[in-house]
Amino acid sequence: MLPDARIPAGPMAEKWDNHKFDMKLVNPANKRRFKIIVVGSGLAGSSAAATFGELGYQVEVFTFHDSPRRAHSIAAQGGINAAKNYRNDGDSVHRLFYDTVKGGDYRAREANVHRLAQVSVNIIDQMAAQGVPFAREYGGLLDNRSFGGAQVSRTFYARGQTGQQLLLGAYQQMMRQVHLGKVKLHTKKEMLDVVVKDGEACGIVTRDLVSGQVEAHSGHAVVLATGGYGNVFYLSTNAMACNVTAAWRAHRKGAYFANPCYTQIHPTCIPASDEFQSKLTLMSESLRNDGRIWVPRNPDETRSADQIPEADRYYFLEEKYPAFGNLVPRDVASRNAKTVVDQGLGVGPLKNGVYLDFVDAINRDSAEVIEEKYGNLLQMYERITGEDPYKTPMRIYPATHYTMGGLWVDYNLMTTIPGLYAAGEANFSDHGANRLGASALMQGLADGYFVLPYTIGDYLAPRLQKKLVDPSDEVFTQAVAGVQDQTARFIGIGGTRSPDHFHRELGKLVWDYIGMARNATGLEKAISEIKALKDEFWADLRVLGTADSLNSSLEKAGRIADFFELAELMARDALDRRESCGGHFREESQTEDGEALRDDENFAHVSAWEWNGSDQPQTKHAEQLVFDEVHLTQRSYK
Amino acid sequence: MSNTLNLTLNIWRQDGPNGPGRFETYKAPGIPEDASFLEMLDLVNEELIAQGKVPVEFPHDCREGICGSCGVMINGQAHGPERGTATCQLHMRKFSDGDTIDVEPWRAAAFPVIRDLVVDRSPLDAIIEAGGYISAPTGTAQDANETPIPKEVADSAMDAAACIGCGACVAACPNSAAQLFTAAKVWHLNSLPQGQPERYRRAQNMVETMELFFGSCTNHGECSEACPKEISQDFIAYLNRDHMKAKFFNRKLASQR
Repeated sequence: MLPDARIPAGPMAEKWDNHKFDMKLVNPANKRRFKIIVVGSGLAGSSAAATFGELGYQVEVFTFHDSPRRAHSIAAQGGINAAKNYRNDGDSVHRLFYDTVKGGDYRAREANVHRLAQVSVNIIDQMAAQGVPFAREYGGLLDNRSFGGAQVSRTFYARGQTGQQLLLGAYQQMMRQVHLGKVKLHTKKEMLDVVVKDGEACGIVTRDLVSGQVEAHSGHAVVLATGGYGNVFYLSTNAMACNVTAAWRAHRKGAYFANPCYTQIHPTCIPASDEFQSKLTLMSESLRNDGRIWVPRNPDETRSADQIPEADRYYFLEEKYPAFGNLVPRDVASRNAKTVVDQGLGVGPLKNGVYLDFVDAINRDSAEVIEEKYGNLLQMYERITGEDPYKTPMRIYPATHYTMGGLWVDYNLMTTIPGLYAAGEANFSDHGANRLGASALMQGLADGYFVLPYTIGDYLAPRLQKKLVDPSDEVFTQAVAGVQDQTARFIGIGGTRSPDHFHRELGKLVWDYIGMARNATGLEKAISEIKALKDEFWADLRVLGTADSLNSSLEKAGRIADFFELAELMARDALDRRESCGGHFREESQTEDGEALRDDENFAHVSAWEWNGSDQPQTKHAEQLVFDEVHLTQRSYK
Repeated sequence: MSNTLNLTLNIWRQDGPNGPGRFETYKAPGIPEDASFLEMLDLVNEELIAQGKVPVEFPHDCREGICGSCGVMINGQAHGPERGTATCQLHMRKFSDGDTIDVEPWRAAAFPVIRDLVVDRSPLDAIIEAGGYISAPTGTAQDANETPIPKEVADSAMDAAACIGCGACVAACPNSAAQLFTAAKVWHLNSLPQGQPERYRRAQNMVETMELFFGSCTNHGECSEACPKEISQDFIAYLNRDHMKAKFFNRKLASQR
């Protein structure tokens, strides 16, 4: 049974305010009696930890990085949305809410999205007060840019390093709490299990990545802010260490995993060039403000880009979607790029990309203006490809970037395990089947700054007499032993193939069958091939070195083992969802002109999967989505 | 398929902070010139694993020059020969067939080696903890446009705030000083209107903490040269000015004299 999502009653615009008043409070003097564990130090984790500390809770933060500032939020480039309407162009909380529900192809929970839009304005205020150097106009006021899926300019940015600046803001605010003794920071410790006693989360088990020590930590509540699972594709724009392990171990302990098949393929990344490639690099969506996307009309085109006259260029997004043009949402842009490349119109040595061209923008605004807006991105492109994007159009192609699916949470961001919360990309809640650009930073900070600090008190208030579970308790010793056993098992296999080998092979399967386009035959094939590869992994893995020192092969092995299980569930979820929506495109379900065709009658629900043990498949629970405010239509960006 | 290089690598191997270190020499044949420096190390590690040898530990994560995790000395230069480039964005096309490349961890007393090429950079977090923030608790903020900030000021703050905390400045400095790292954060915050109330105590506290771990600055300028974000040495002058002023004007100290 899926627990109640606890969506407050009342009109949409009043739900959050009413709910804040209805929730129980912990009085200031009692807050210090509670210990909250936060796992992950990205936007959601750092901002939550800082705010819990300010409120007076005891906080312990765990990150597997050497510093909290390394969390992958740092790599977000383009910006953060907020319904400030500083441009006077018709934006409002309602419009941001509406755009986000529509952009998510009507598969998000309305009440959560509305709350997100409401607090978006507070985030900008908060971050500006902390000294985040947002881009400004000469008059000293904040500047905005446009992002996909919106017809207003509501995206705030700090050059092409918005994620970095926001994360450093949240990190600095957390370090202030570390200085004040409210937050205790644990670096280089990877969470490898959630511990549950009497049906409530009571702590975590970590492995110290330097000493190999496996440790138990108890808390009154646990927040997982551990990011998404895009690295299941092996090649993605995620950092190398991004993984699903914390969320997955929670899933194995009883937290339902929602909509795993909703993965976002970002349209503008540098195309893969070779087998050795370890990751794909994103080029911010903001580039689509000024860059024009095209391919040559002739598949046998041999001229260089600048020699191809206008008439022989196919600006496929501008032609198909005149209203939104190059700024259609990510899923639409990605699928169209795939279509033209599949038609043989691709560019570059492997014919696996499309052009993103700045010539018109440079002629209109000058190279200096373009450099000021996108300089660091264009420089990054030049470093990687050895080509100058001011002269030659950039080559781009879609790549896995973000995962909308994640741990199922209720309106309070609590998972199906009481006392265990999931925030940021780790939960499933706000983006439906497709996330709009510049909304991930918004959601991470909304969850950490403005949602969890309220909702966690509602859980803790009645548990004032609850004692921390002692780390010597059986629930902890068993969990510790489980982690130690698994570590020993990896080293003991003594096979012939490295962890990276299996990760790369798994990634190929996931990309081929659970990538941008999916069909029943492929998904069934994926399930059987993933299983076969998983068996090979457990029989032929080679992890060298020891368990009591820094050993990145060992760390990877644990993460890949979880990716295998996740990949299988992704395939099963994709197979079960016999409709297309957002980033989930089932070839069997498309409109006449190839757009995603939803089936609202049968699939206007969240699929939340319950773990049943390693030897049998998960059970699906459906949370019906109710749309009171937004009218369900076929999405059109034409 | 890109052109390939045949390389010889001298890589520093060290089992732990207290163990002795040594260079080990590895042949790296057939390295594609489109590979990044870290992808080259991936290929070396795959080969080591195939031979049953423990792979080289090296720091890395985002591989797009922003997380600040990576960083090794390449032929004695922090992040290698290309200006304004972190190790992850250095590509092998910058090297030639037949090259011998020395690869070492950051060398600084404040950054003990954890294993092989990985060092402990936690003193940088300690500097931030000492004052690298603006005290603005959640919920207290006014509307963001209530405080206009001249574009030049915001841009200059951003130039300083671009620091990725990799530690190359320390590794490149003959004194292992962390002035550029500290100055970048101090100037980011001290130049903004929001940073004024804590301006002088920030400068003083961060410098004092810095001096617990790191050497002194003698204006060699190696830090800016090595910085993958090309952060200007000028910020160190601003740091010194604010630190000096803090010494004169610190009201708390005044009552103790």
